[in-house]
Amino acid sequence: MTTSTEAPPRAAPPGPPAGPPRWRTQLEEALLPPLVAILAAMVVGDLLILSMGQSPASVYGMLLEGTWGNAYGFGQVLFKATTLTFTGLAVALALRAGMFNVGAEGQLAAGGFVAALTGWLLPAGTPWVIAVPLCIIGAAVGGGVVGAVPGTLKARFGAHEVIVTIMTNFIVLALLNYVVAAHLNVPETLHTPEINGGAIPRFRGPFTGSAANASLFLGLAAAGAVWWYLFRTRRGYELRAVGLQPDAAEYAGIRVGGVWVRAMTVSGMLAGLGGVNYVLGYKHYYEDGFAGGAGFLGIAVALVGRNDPLGVVLAALFFATLSQGGLAINAVVPKQMVEVMQGVVILAVAVSVPEVRRLLRQQRRAG
Amino acid sequence: MVVLAFILQTIRIAIPYLFAASGGMIAERAGVVSLTLEGFMLSGAFTATLGAYYSGNPWIGLLCGILGGLLMGLVHAVACIRYKADQIVVGMAINLLVVGLTRFFLHMAFDSSSNSPRVPGFGGEGASTGLAALASNPLVWIGLLLVPAMAWLMFRTAFGLRVRAVGEHPLAAASVGVPVSRVRYTAVAISGMLAALGGVYLALDQHQFTDQMTAGRGFIALAAVIFGRWHPVRAAIACLLFAAAETLQIQLQAFEIVPSQFVAIIPYVLTIVALAGVIGRSVSPAALGKAED
Repeated sequence: MTTSTEAPPRAAPPGPPAGPPRWRTQLEEALLPPLVAILAAMVVGDLLILSMGQSPASVYGMLLEGTWGNAYGFGQVLFKATTLTFTGLAVALALRAGMFNVGAEGQLAAGGFVAALTGWLLPAGTPWVIAVPLCIIGAAVGGGVVGAVPGTLKARFGAHEVIVTIMTNFIVLALLNYVVAAHLNVPETLHTPEINGGAIPRFRGPFTGSAANASLFLGLAAAGAVWWYLFRTRRGYELRAVGLQPDAAEYAGIRVGGVWVRAMTVSGMLAGLGGVNYVLGYKHYYEDGFAGGAGFLGIAVALVGRNDPLGVVLAALFFATLSQGGLAINAVVPKQMVEVMQGVVILAVAVSVPEVRRLLRQQRRAG
Repeated sequence: MVVLAFILQTIRIAIPYLFAASGGMIAERAGVVSLTLEGFMLSGAFTATLGAYYSGNPWIGLLCGILGGLLMGLVHAVACIRYKADQIVVGMAINLLVVGLTRFFLHMAFDSSSNSPRVPGFGGEGASTGLAALASNPLVWIGLLLVPAMAWLMFRTAFGLRVRAVGEHPLAAASVGVPVSRVRYTAVAISGMLAALGGVYLALDQHQFTDQMTAGRGFIALAAVIFGRWHPVRAAIACLLFAAAETLQIQLQAFEIVPSQFVAIIPYVLTIVALAGVIGRSVSPAALGKAED
């Protein structure tokens, strides 16, 4: 540290960097892209609303009133956020290992199906302390098996997980459709018979009527568990190391292929657990098509949440608000408007992550 | 007769794959990942339907379809090249965005959440399964001629050489004066227009737009590109293979030996098998997915 006052700033040895402290830069790097993205989505939303001849302020007002403004709407937001927390955690965990899991949709459906099957096979009158955990395990196993396939194919054969997970979505959804339609359905419907045990209580009081249920706490617990796994365990460290630089991880003695398989299996289990919310907490049966895009939205949730468990929970709340809000505004603006906004959010996060990093570096070098 | 019907149906199903795979091949050869093919196809299908509906002329529809694909291609190019965004994430974002946009404007233009009204297409009315119907559709000819045309473009022209150079070694290409970004922009723009033609074919062949009508064909086309090791002719052969599998599925369905859902998954399973068996031995363009140049 012998920098003289005459030395040009560029020549300074790599000591503490000039400009704002490191934690602040990191915080800005983490928070700015989602904020930019939400702003961009609102601008696009404004344009769509104006193109319909409506006033953006009043439409956004309706959206807020229909979601956070009353207990029923808020209950629905919590219900949707619960599923999105699971699929978002699934995508985030896989991304931490350097794997892009586009298969949460199929894994979610598989988890919901196995949970419903487990609950249906249980004899009536099974105590809930046994039934609920069994069904939850069933959901995790269903999603985990589907997630293990692309992980294994990548590790063994180098098959790109993005295309494989997209294909497994199609395959799983078609097979479940077949099993339910041909063998397990209640006649004239596309859903399985009701479960005999394993129901999770719905929220009452002001929430009565909404689908919000105690699976919410399972989602929060899962977020905590993922945080613990990623940042406090050796296996989680290995997973992140592989995600940052697979070659270096391999050199350090980590079995990269094994980590890929494990990460995708756990990711699939998390997505599968999302089925608990719908099957055990809400409908009490598996219904064809219940996933309804929540798996794909998990990608958006993970990106906006910056692959951080707490960020995922907050992002899940945001996207749940949008999707419930779409129903609240449908009378004046087509609800598909929020799907456009969701797409814009992902695109804007993808664009602003490298851009914000570049700008901050530039600023630090100049400062 | 059975063989002829099989071949005709295979060609008919292969045409959208040929368009999308040609688009995917050129973008990936330039180093830009093509997970967006699905979105390009869907936007092309929708804008073509809009154009054909309001003009009553399928050629105007075709033009609108190309413009729709070009627009999305430029969004993809700007995000990936100008902003160096993660190409896979951008690809998925564009796919989701296009689903939302087509649904929104389907609702606005036709007040429906599932499909557009009937629009004019090429060829006569009625079932378009025969040889005459197939031969009277200009998009079939364009699609088939596209294969040798792409091979010529990629391997016999200076532009093709530049595309391959920026996909293999952008630094080396830049050092001999190839404008890397401009070549990539052009390649992705062409990719958007070509893939959109696949969607145009679907929409005009079915005389309407239906929500999410591309149904994963863009991803299967991308698998064909990878299966065909980024070579236009081999990718086209892969497209024909996938189309033949789908034809088999449709013809098996008539016999009801196996449940339709089982045969419906044949192309998807085949795609996974192809990826698992081939990628290990094939080498992708060296700079694929890398924004740095």
